[in-house]
Amino acid sequence: MKLRHLLLATAAVAAFTGTAQAENVLKWGANRDIGSLDPYSFGDSFTINVLNHVYEGLVRYNKDLKIEPALAESWEILEDQITWRFKLREGVTFHNGNPFTAEDVVASLTRVSHETSPLKGNLPAYVSSKVVDELTVDITLNGTYPLLLNDLTNIHIFDNEWMTENDALMPTDVGAGTEGYATYNANGTGPFIVESRQPDAKTVFVVNPDWWDEPQHNLDKIELTPVNSAATRVAALLSGEISFTNDAPVQDLPRLVAAPNVEVLEGVDLRTVMIGFPFRDTLTTGEANPFVEKSVREALYKAIDLDLIHQKVMRGKSRNAGATIAPPIPGYTEALDTLPEFDPEASKALLAEAGVAEGLEFEFNCLSDGLVNEEQFCQAIASMWSRIGLSPKLDVAPRAVQSPKRTNGKTDVYTLGWATLPLLDSYSPLLQIFHSKDGNAGVFNWGGWSYPELDALIDAAGSELDLEARLALQTEALGIVKDEMIMIPLHQQPMAWAVTEDVADMPLFPDAKPRLWFAQMGSDS
Amino acid sequence: MEKTLPVPARTTLRNRLDKLRESDVWYSFRSHPSAIFAAGLLILVALTAFLAPWITPQNPYDLAALELWNSEIPPIWNEARQWPYILGTDTQGRDILSAVLYGSRISLIIGFASVLLALCVGLALGLMAGYFGGWIDNVIMRVGDVLLSMPFILIAILITAIASASLPTGLKDILAAPILIFAIAVPSWVQYARTVRASAMVEAKKEYVQAAKLIRVKSWRIMLQHILPNCMTPIMVAATLNFGLAILSEATLSFLGVGMPPDQPSLGTLIRIGNQYLFSGLWWIVVFPSIQLCLIVLSVNMIGDWLRDALNPKLR
Amino acid sequence: MIAFLLKRTANAAFVMLAVALLAFVIFRFFGDPVEMMVNEQATLQDRVELRERLGLNDSFVVQYTRFVTNAVQGDFGISYRNQQDVMVLIKDRFPATFELVLVATVISLVVGIPAGVITAVYRDSRLANILQLSSIVGVSLPSFVVGILLILAFSVSLGWLPAFGRGETVDIGWWSSGLLTPSGRAALILPAISLSTFQVTLVMRLVRAEMLETLRADYIKFARARGVPTARVQWRHALRNCLMPVITLTGMQIGNLIAFALVTETVFQWPGMGMLFIQAVTFVDIPVMAAYLMIVSFIFVVLNTLVDITYAWVDPRLRDDTARANG
Repeated sequence: MKLRHLLLATAAVAAFTGTAQAENVLKWGANRDIGSLDPYSFGDSFTINVLNHVYEGLVRYNKDLKIEPALAESWEILEDQITWRFKLREGVTFHNGNPFTAEDVVASLTRVSHETSPLKGNLPAYVSSKVVDELTVDITLNGTYPLLLNDLTNIHIFDNEWMTENDALMPTDVGAGTEGYATYNANGTGPFIVESRQPDAKTVFVVNPDWWDEPQHNLDKIELTPVNSAATRVAALLSGEISFTNDAPVQDLPRLVAAPNVEVLEGVDLRTVMIGFPFRDTLTTGEANPFVEKSVREALYKAIDLDLIHQKVMRGKSRNAGATIAPPIPGYTEALDTLPEFDPEASKALLAEAGVAEGLEFEFNCLSDGLVNEEQFCQAIASMWSRIGLSPKLDVAPRAVQSPKRTNGKTDVYTLGWATLPLLDSYSPLLQIFHSKDGNAGVFNWGGWSYPELDALIDAAGSELDLEARLALQTEALGIVKDEMIMIPLHQQPMAWAVTEDVADMPLFPDAKPRLWFAQMGSDS
Repeated sequence: MEKTLPVPARTTLRNRLDKLRESDVWYSFRSHPSAIFAAGLLILVALTAFLAPWITPQNPYDLAALELWNSEIPPIWNEARQWPYILGTDTQGRDILSAVLYGSRISLIIGFASVLLALCVGLALGLMAGYFGGWIDNVIMRVGDVLLSMPFILIAILITAIASASLPTGLKDILAAPILIFAIAVPSWVQYARTVRASAMVEAKKEYVQAAKLIRVKSWRIMLQHILPNCMTPIMVAATLNFGLAILSEATLSFLGVGMPPDQPSLGTLIRIGNQYLFSGLWWIVVFPSIQLCLIVLSVNMIGDWLRDALNPKLR
Repeated sequence: MIAFLLKRTANAAFVMLAVALLAFVIFRFFGDPVEMMVNEQATLQDRVELRERLGLNDSFVVQYTRFVTNAVQGDFGISYRNQQDVMVLIKDRFPATFELVLVATVISLVVGIPAGVITAVYRDSRLANILQLSSIVGVSLPSFVVGILLILAFSVSLGWLPAFGRGETVDIGWWSSGLLTPSGRAALILPAISLSTFQVTLVMRLVRAEMLETLRADYIKFARARGVPTARVQWRHALRNCLMPVITLTGMQIGNLIAFALVTETVFQWPGMGMLFIQAVTFVDIPVMAAYLMIVSFIFVVLNTLVDITYAWVDPRLRDDTARANG
């Protein structure tokens, strides 16, 4: 522990004296901090995204979000159809100088798929892996599975030797007394090296001079600072204290656009915002649960004025959604995307018909650090539901507080945003959200529903290697989700990034992930 | 002008108050324009706050009354104004004037109730400690020591945080205000208790109490009648100043997000919400609640200051 | 004197034990540690084993003793949220809070003392009245409103000073200092001012009251009568006399400032202990909450005890405990 501090201190002093010459330092003001330096310790897109600058997978998405080789150079499916053979890249080293070998891949896959790993759902078909030779690995799956490469884009590879030395071979588990060395130390192969980290304050990354790939960026350093308050983020951007944010508050966009030193990058996120219902017998109040009735779910759906939310809360920047996936996601069809009719009178009638008592109380669980303007649209929806005679109890808190309630069924109605990451395919929400809870399936099925015909379609898609046939199955399954209103989609949320004039090029990705290894700073001087 | 009252052998509380009213405190009040101004302001704020349900255009706590179409309307002197939203509306279509008045009501109630609670507990425990002495005194005063060895705001945050973490959502909404009252009262009773205890100790040594103890007469009444008037002055000053402090504490807790929830906002909650829109041109969401909060605390503090000076003969 | 020293120290130790009990109760009974530690897949068997391993089945006294023993050694367990040693987390954040409190204290003295003297000496002058009025406004403004206003004025409108964070810091051993770089010093200005507003008025009022009293004292009147220049009497003799209470107040208020810094730190996103605590509160990270409570109380108790001892040393009459009954 002491040694670590000493090292950090010397590194920081060295970095300080080194700031004399012009450096391209990208100051990134995010809306929250990463949960840990260990990409396996939180099943959280943002943490994994940031750590992707340090750690890499066997394959990766390129600038067009197509899969390309990364730590693996090539791959093939062996004759048994369930074993994949990966040829690894030669001459790659970890940040500590250790060479990258097949042992590292096996150790990493073992760690991520371990029983206590929060990320094991991201590698659902994995059974085992073995070293063939120093640069060849075989991965065995539980059946034919079309989406292994998509999964592997986000499975970061650790150094086996480093993990062994530091007792980090198992996923961090405070409960099991497994020490969390990897939660505050990092050693990957990626384009950036973690220089220092103070949780909730600042994490500094410096460029990796020995990266195996040709850098397409010109950054020397990234300083990631969480700035929770939207207003402070805007102030910091305007005054140049940060040079980039991946969450420019939509209500402040006019001001940022008008500022001479700031450029706003806008797009629509792939993330679809949905509302989920409980399917248990009783509500948290102990009352009988009326949401098991489709007509009650429909009543709540029809009471939401999507246009109003689009216009007022999302400031016209969102895209109203009828489907639970965004249009670019494979499996989408226009037929899935029809919008409901806003009709509170019909809602009241439906509720009366279903015998729902006036003033029915239920919890409405939202995150304070989740989706774009989540607190505001939750309040607006709660108000719309009160107007059809219900009494939603709004419960807004940070993700870390709400997650246990949601996963343990200790709440009623809830919000969920799903971007189909990392697969970028509609199989992702079908397996993880809409499938019945069963092993790796239905991990996010917080309402606890079960539709056997839906499960059958999803399972069939999961072993279908033909793309067309698979997508047809998935579209059919999504049709059931829509008809049954298992979850009701609201919108694809807006994505707004902002950079100051120091930044010359910052490619915007529809999955809302900053990939700073493509960023250019404008240092003509 | 001044009547000379025959001084009664036993100064009862009532007499004491009468005397106060006749004395130069009242004169001092009338000759202090700042005190008159502050009292007037406070009365105005309190009146509008408690009449809020009858004089405001909207009940900001009724979710069904909020109309998103009417969100972000600027104050009435602005071009985009809309009647009856005199001070404009927030991002949910909540009328700011209504929210400020309802919020003031919550702030005043919580401030007043917490001072009252602390006062009652402090007086009772202080009397007990001073009268009985011994281990009772020891326990009460040591508990007080412990409470005073933790910063005020920290105790309040811990109490509210623990309460909100362990209560279910439905109950949390209902109990938000009582929890705050309790959280603010807990660290502040010690001050009253110490003052009363000191007086009680002096009094308890006097012969009549000793005698009453000997013949097993309940000396409580006598104690009360003698001790309370003696320490009324410092306690009243402290209570007034603590009232201002309690309102500030409530606002701070709500601002930090451990106080009143966003669907029944106090002034602090309103400021917390408005703070997010500081740069969006929606300045009225944060400015009006801030002004109201400052005015309330300012007027309470001015009265407290005046009271202290008026009752402290040394400074006159 | 030695008896008094022992007594005060014992008292401080008792208070700390009581605070530890409170922290332990919070730690142990609010938010079951087992539920916080295990992940969702953990079986009932896992939970029972973990409960046993953590010693949660031991008796209350045994657990409390263990908690105190660990705490004395600086071991407050592992943060649920950051999965890192709590003491390391707090140690990393301490310099930020300390420097903020230090600068705020300096501001409060530099501004508060002259203002107090002026209001006392030139009583009822226009300047004194303005200062008096601003002092009452000062205690009435919530510090978070002051912070928001300062950001609005100096960061957004004028763009002179940063709105958040500590700027560039330099590491000296484990201590990270923002005082040595221009950006670090610039970042410190607004939060320090916002934190010091309340303290300035406190110092000012105290100095005023003490000065008024001293100026009436015989020896001052005597000095005047002897022909010592008025200004000299006021600024040297009288002021010197009321510095002791000011130092006492400053010492005792440092604990409060550290606690109140959490509001300032939230407004300015200042990466200190207070922000760590507020984050811990929002995320129900009980070990961090318990540790913060104990550490801040410890600082508080130590300072109070030191002030008491100094006082007793200066004024032996106070060694008699009954004199404290009125305090």
